Amino acid sequence: MTLNSNLLESHTPTSREELWRFTPLAKLRGLHDVDVTLNSRVSLGGASSLSGLAITIADASDVPNTSETNDLVSMRVRELSAKVLKVEIAKDAEIAEPIYLTRTVESLDPEVSRTVIHLGTNSRATIVVENTGSITLAEEIVITLDSGAHLNFVSLQEWENDAVHLGHHHAIIGKDATFNSTVITLGGSLVRLLPTVEYAGPGSSAELSGIYFATSGQHLEHRIHVDHNLPHAKSRVNYKGALSGDKARTVWFGDVFIHANAEGTDTYEVNRNLLLSDGARADSVPNLEIETGEIVGAGHASTTGRFDDEQLFYLESRGIPANIARQLVIRGFFLEIVSKLGLPEIEERIMNRIEAELEKASS
Amino acid sequence: MSTLEIKNLQVAVSTDEGMKQILRGVDLTINSGETHAIMGPNGSGKSTLAYSIAGHPKYTITGGSVLLDGVDVLEMRVDERAKAGLFLAMQYPVEVPGVSVSNFLRTAATAIRGEAPKVRTWVGEVKEAMASLNMDPAFAERNVNEGFSGGEKKRHEILQMELLKPKIAILDETDSGLDVDALRIVSEGVNRVKDSHNIGIMLITHYTRILRYITPDYVHVFAAGRIVEEGGAELAEKLEEKGYAEYVTA
Repeated sequence: MTLNSNLLESHTPTSREELWRFTPLAKLRGLHDVDVTLNSRVSLGGASSLSGLAITIADASDVPNTSETNDLVSMRVRELSAKVLKVEIAKDAEIAEPIYLTRTVESLDPEVSRTVIHLGTNSRATIVVENTGSITLAEEIVITLDSGAHLNFVSLQEWENDAVHLGHHHAIIGKDATFNSTVITLGGSLVRLLPTVEYAGPGSSAELSGIYFATSGQHLEHRIHVDHNLPHAKSRVNYKGALSGDKARTVWFGDVFIHANAEGTDTYEVNRNLLLSDGARADSVPNLEIETGEIVGAGHASTTGRFDDEQLFYLESRGIPANIARQLVIRGFFLEIVSKLGLPEIEERIMNRIEAELEKASS
Repeated sequence: MSTLEIKNLQVAVSTDEGMKQILRGVDLTINSGETHAIMGPNGSGKSTLAYSIAGHPKYTITGGSVLLDGVDVLEMRVDERAKAGLFLAMQYPVEVPGVSVSNFLRTAATAIRGEAPKVRTWVGEVKEAMASLNMDPAFAERNVNEGFSGGEKKRHEILQMELLKPKIAILDETDSGLDVDALRIVSEGVNRVKDSHNIGIMLITHYTRILRYITPDYVHVFAAGRIVEEGGAELAEKLEEKGYAEYVTA
């Protein structure tokens, strides 16, 4: 297998293609268009002052691809990135402090950014990607976890409302390694993220969580793909979204593929959407393909609905005014995922932004 | 001294086959410190009475009035009824994911009292109320009603009644789903809270067993959407013996 071979020819996607039919291509500022020139800039960076951590910028020619991709965005990023941000966690390093990777923004000209993250055997770390500002970005982040490594990976999309962001976060999880990913998407005009996972050894585990909150005119799309390509791996997927305002739009796909050889697979995925106003639209498509029955478990659930009237009645019957009752319910809805981050400052910041957007949306 | 006056209350609910009349003229007056047991067969409209007084949007008032100390309750929003001094302990308390009991109780107390309770006294107040209901302090950090046992849900309802100190409390089938020990703890809680705040109680029940722990001043038999017989505690004994057959066929 040549890892640099691509499964698809690079081309400009159209809305007739299944993978792109929900995405408003006209809003992409040419990011998807093979005829448009994309700048190559390492827009992500961080300080490597912690022991066991190295953050460097390398020539793309020195950073071979470690995974195949059939994602058109990744293909373009790989093709056009001259430099790559490399984050290296040394073998056995246990870094308690979160490692922040911060995005710098320059203009709205379309650009690509490529990042590789590697965790050595039995290392532990928390990495937080902070995306703020205005940008037109196509990015790929490939994360490799060696045996027994443990990574908490957080990607925060707190963009300004004119940002466009196409991203592919791919994790390759080694034997007995654990990958916990939390994707939080609140800002941006159009955000389309592909958190994907493959396994490199048994006993490996992925927990993919996320929240998104779309207000008027925002398109927030998340396409999860978990490839159970070998035996005895585990995955949990839990994404929750809320929508408020005219033309608020979210798309969620959860593809879990259990190959014929993936005996002992244990997987469950769930997506819940809360529609807070008329004129908003949420698509939720869980998709489970199973080629072997010799598994521990496989399931999925998806719900999209309005406020639960019984919850609101219960709170109001205790004297809590309707607007505060709604805030409590929405806060609780997201807190299930946000409180698991173990990062109190970020939790506070996220919940405050959600509340501010809620107030804006309801005023 | 407070009074809840229910006069000729008529309530309908919308169904697939159109509006269905449930309450057909209920008259009942409850004063502070009194306990009124509402007893009747399933489907007689007991819960509809409770929920329409609390203001559940599912029910349409088609006639009559409900006054709390002379003020029209039916004109109020749901939260305003609670602030005015009404409390409904529900048969099936609702789960609210992601909202902790402590946050919920504090938000409710702030709304009812009109100002946030002082942190130091509030913590003590909650702890004491929980201890008297045999509730583990760790309970406060759980999400509202999520994964609670039947007994925990009902204790949590009575805990709210204690902290919110209503004038009139409606207890809808508070005895359902409780084993003997839980029934005793919950009933003792109701008696204690009622006595310390002189609360008027409407106790809705199908069975007489809770009346061994909570002695009613009045018993009202409910059938086909209205009160069909009234008496003292001795009426409950008669129902224990003979059941509701004579009211249902009547």
